[in-house]
Amino acid sequence: MSLADALHLAFMQRALAAGALIAVMAGLLGVFVVQRRLSFLGAGLAHAAFGGMGLGAFVIVSSGLLASGVGLLRHPLWIAAPFSLLAALGIAWVREHTELSSDTAIGVFFAVSVALGVLFFSIIPPDVNLGLSLMDLLFGSILAVTGPDLIAIAVVAAVAVTFLLGLWGRLGYATFDDELARTDGVPTRLLEYLLFACAALVIAVSSVVVGIILMAAYLVIPAASARLLARSLAQMTALSVLLALLSTVVGLALSYLVDVPSGSAIVLVQAALFLVAAALARR
Amino acid sequence: MHRVTVRLGEATVLQDVSFELARGCFLAVVGPNGAGKSTLVKVALGLVTPHSGHAALFGVDAGAGPERIGYVPQLKTFDRTFPATALELVATGLRRRWPARVAAPEREQARAALSRVGAEHLERRQLARLSGGELQRAYLARALARRPQLVLLDEPATGVDFLAEHDLYDLLEVYQRDTGATVVMVTHDLSAARYHADRVLVLNRRVHGFGTPDEVLCESCLERAFGHLGHHHALAF
Repeated sequence: MSLADALHLAFMQRALAAGALIAVMAGLLGVFVVQRRLSFLGAGLAHAAFGGMGLGAFVIVSSGLLASGVGLLRHPLWIAAPFSLLAALGIAWVREHTELSSDTAIGVFFAVSVALGVLFFSIIPPDVNLGLSLMDLLFGSILAVTGPDLIAIAVVAAVAVTFLLGLWGRLGYATFDDELARTDGVPTRLLEYLLFACAALVIAVSSVVVGIILMAAYLVIPAASARLLARSLAQMTALSVLLALLSTVVGLALSYLVDVPSGSAIVLVQAALFLVAAALARR
Repeated sequence: MHRVTVRLGEATVLQDVSFELARGCFLAVVGPNGAGKSTLVKVALGLVTPHSGHAALFGVDAGAGPERIGYVPQLKTFDRTFPATALELVATGLRRRWPARVAAPEREQARAALSRVGAEHLERRQLARLSGGELQRAYLARALARRPQLVLLDEPATGVDFLAEHDLYDLLEVYQRDTGATVVMVTHDLSAARYHADRVLVLNRRVHGFGTPDEVLCESCLERAFGHLGHHHALAF
């Protein structure tokens, strides 16, 4: 079956829609993650999502929700998302109220979340079918995006894009110089908490599709490539979203044609684009 | 400022600091490292809330009227990886947020501000590629773009050469003369305080002197604040 024919398949259409929404969210968010030197945040919150998924899976199995007729309730995401949100706010709080660096704060939550995830997944009976394998969680399965997955991604995308575009000017100012922005009345502390919360939700819903291990790359590589080429924050933002979208579409097509995991294909395309951007930036 | 005390953890950074500055003055704040000079500026900007006492500007609480203040921070806070042009930096002084696109009326205002500090040629230059002196002019243009009634500068001469430093003081004096604005400048340079300011505050956690340069920049006052005067370099003016 050709790629054009594949576009008529429902799963491919869901994959493309989910991929495009994730690309826009990650592209926008990545600009602030990269410029604030928070690249490790993506990895930390993705692993927090893993802990949340483990907890969610355990709650769903032990409470009998697995038999529920509502697809979204059977999905561990509805517990993973608030779990990641709490982890993100915890990291932001530690950054603000202690002398620990961001990396250290993220590292603590990262390790605890992975430990919790492994613990919860290990006590779920192996014969229970969650409709979501551990491999899918780690490496992503964009071609297995379900209707409830797409609904969750669309809801979070609407919130995240509204927040990131609506407050782009203030976030940009606070990213450039926190103190200068505060002197002009920008509530930089509140914005940081909101940015971390936004990142947690975006990563939690996206990691089901892209995979926990690869989600951090999604947040960093398009924005880093854009930074190499851009002369302004607005250009960087537009390029970051464009590169994330391009890598998603090309990566999905490659994944279908060559039959490789979609997450890997997308991130490798992003890496190729980064190399092109680096070569162009040197000229 | 009235009896302002600031504590950071166990340390008292400012103690019982009181002074009143008339409109149109040029105040230099001098003192040794760790004297609380930058903290004093942050109190005036409303970034640091005093543990006790009260700070007010133009009759309202410090921090309540940011549009009346132009602030030039220390250059060391600047992130050189940020993709931005000098024009965009100046536009933040007008818009108080980062511009996605600088619209025509703002562009004209920003260009006028750059021109006022002799930096119109920097408009399209990346901030990361500016020298210390050029960057200082861009920040000054940003601070002056909205025609503030108070200009606050935190060690503006750090990282700039001798000529750029004196150009900066000249520009401040011209702006002050044209607008009647008040200027408050934190500096390590006692000569600059002597020749450019009409009021000097000698600070080392508490106020050790406040008055005209002639009254305050005397050996006994500086010795109280600095502890010693080294090889008397401080008074070589």
